[in-house]
Amino acid sequence: MGNRCAVIGVGQTRYRSRRTDVSIAGLVREAALRALEDAGLTFKDIDAVVIGKAPDLFEGVMMPESYLADALGAAGKPMMRVHTAGSVGGSTALVGASLIQGGVHERVLVVAFEKQSESNATWALSTHLPFSASLVVGAGGYFAPHIREYMRASGAPAHIGTLVAVKDRRNALRNPYAHLRIPGIDRAMVESTPMLWEPIRYLETCPSSDGACAMVLSSESAVTGTPAWVHGTAMRSEPIFRAGRDTVSPQAGKDCAADVYRQAGVSDPRRDIDVAEVYVPFSWYEPMWLENLGFAAQGEGWKLTESGATALDGDIPWNASGGVLSSNPIGASGLIRFAEAALQVRGTAGEHQVDGARTALGHAYGGGSQFFAMWIVGRDKP
Amino acid sequence: MPSDPLVARHVLEFPGGYTRTTGPVIGRFLSELRARRIVGVRTKEGKVLVPPLEYDPMTGEPVTGEFVEVGPAGTVTTWAFVPEPRPGHPLDRPFAWALIRLDGADTALVHAVDASDPTKVRAGMRVWPVWNDRPTGHITDIACFVPEVTEIVADVRTEYRLQAGGALRVFLRGVERGVLLGGRCDTCAKVYVPYRLTCPECGSAIPETLELPDTGTITTFAVNNLPDPRAPEVPFVSAYILLDGSDIPMIALIGDVPAHEVRQGMRVKAVWVPEHERTASMANIRWFAPTGEPDVEQP
Repeated sequence: MGNRCAVIGVGQTRYRSRRTDVSIAGLVREAALRALEDAGLTFKDIDAVVIGKAPDLFEGVMMPESYLADALGAAGKPMMRVHTAGSVGGSTALVGASLIQGGVHERVLVVAFEKQSESNATWALSTHLPFSASLVVGAGGYFAPHIREYMRASGAPAHIGTLVAVKDRRNALRNPYAHLRIPGIDRAMVESTPMLWEPIRYLETCPSSDGACAMVLSSESAVTGTPAWVHGTAMRSEPIFRAGRDTVSPQAGKDCAADVYRQAGVSDPRRDIDVAEVYVPFSWYEPMWLENLGFAAQGEGWKLTESGATALDGDIPWNASGGVLSSNPIGASGLIRFAEAALQVRGTAGEHQVDGARTALGHAYGGGSQFFAMWIVGRDKP
Repeated sequence: MPSDPLVARHVLEFPGGYTRTTGPVIGRFLSELRARRIVGVRTKEGKVLVPPLEYDPMTGEPVTGEFVEVGPAGTVTTWAFVPEPRPGHPLDRPFAWALIRLDGADTALVHAVDASDPTKVRAGMRVWPVWNDRPTGHITDIACFVPEVTEIVADVRTEYRLQAGGALRVFLRGVERGVLLGGRCDTCAKVYVPYRLTCPECGSAIPETLELPDTGTITTFAVNNLPDPRAPEVPFVSAYILLDGSDIPMIALIGDVPAHEVRQGMRVKAVWVPEHERTASMANIRWFAPTGEPDVEQP
């Protein structure tokens, strides 16, 4: 795993449908400056900058990292961009961490963002290519069949997705940065919303958000403030078209989890991890990832959700921040998971702090469930 | 009424128009306007009056004679909407009369805000002047005020020339004659469709094509209810279809069956467009329709 690496600063913007008050550069600076302030540092103290975001077609700015370099204090420093679709926020943190673990730099600023309001993600994800049939379905239309297959194969009752939609939005009410704030949300409200891509209802879907998230990562000798220590990092990918591919519980996700657990000494994730921030953009992905990540046996994830184990007061809270279901600046969504995991073990998560959290999982996935990025952070040094 | 001989039109208009001496303060204000600047005057109490007066209207004292450039932007303090403009109005379309406190001024100026409907105006909104092309030293040198620029539209457009080559060309040539071409991996024996040159599992070459039937089984599907101008009419069913003899499902539209009757395991067959309409495109397959055979049990 290399040298020790710590998160010493976290910065987030308020997530909204439209941040009309800031430019893209202003948006990323808002997060970066808050992360630096949290670490008690300035741009001068940073050795390198790693930027992540989802497809350029979302904002129509090609190679935005070049344009954003000086806005993020990267003039005269190494700067690079990461892109692994929806998992990019997580991958960005891991690329930054690898620069510390490899001994290349002492302090790295990692930043990820999306300004979805500049266009429309469904449009950008459904470019109708010549020679093909026109099925404009966006991300929801892509994932709905796999959720249907999960429901069939596991025999999960239809209300499980509703429970996650309610739980994550209630958690969001405790998070000042969260986009969706729906006081009084309950099962009846979720179930009264229309099926957008059956079996996915409107309120079982993530919002489209503008926002950015940033972290300052540090080597052991350069730590300032309160560190969250990195105990394991892993990325995996797999081809989207492959005969026999399990699209409900992809092998790449299982392998990625096994790798990160091995590094962190986790043998039973439900017992050894105190809190998890997992990329759940559609409510049914909570029980699906509970199984893929080994928190429950195959076909049993929905029972964990139904029992309340993943609620804020359960034994393994998932998405105490409100998760992707409550805030979704796509490129940043993975980094937010990683950052929220760090906040929990630093004890600085505010009203959504899980008492006594010492070990946390940050998770992101992207593409057609083909790209996975995970880390485990802890209060104690590895 | 006009036909009533005891009703007449009577116009009073001094030939050439009244002259109006401006005095030193208003004269300076209008001269500055002609030069596309807006000035106010400072009172003895230090307040900046815009438009300027020769006296402080609160105390009656003379003003100091110090002119201060203000604006050009300002903030709307209150407004009234004019849905039907009259001939003497500054704009010939609906607009708002507004009191605008220009930056650096202590009083508000009355002017027109170009806004198409009342929802576009609010107290506190930031506005900027639009200048007339030919200023003459008149308050109408400012044509109107408009909202601050907060957003632009970027004309981003890329155009490609896509040429179907390699495996795709082979596959589309098959589709053109109503045949679905796949290929079997030499090493792992999996059958891929559409035809591709290499196996994504083991990387081996797939040298030969294999004709597949246009029948298969729905493995799973979504019912799409979100309308999009480029998509089929909602609700439409997008399904993964495992063609008979293949090892990987294809995504396609399901038709000739109500959306709520589609099932996992349902047997389907391609519905091709008539031969004379066919091109080298997947649009050749209108959709897949149920065959009526018994469902295939899913593992």
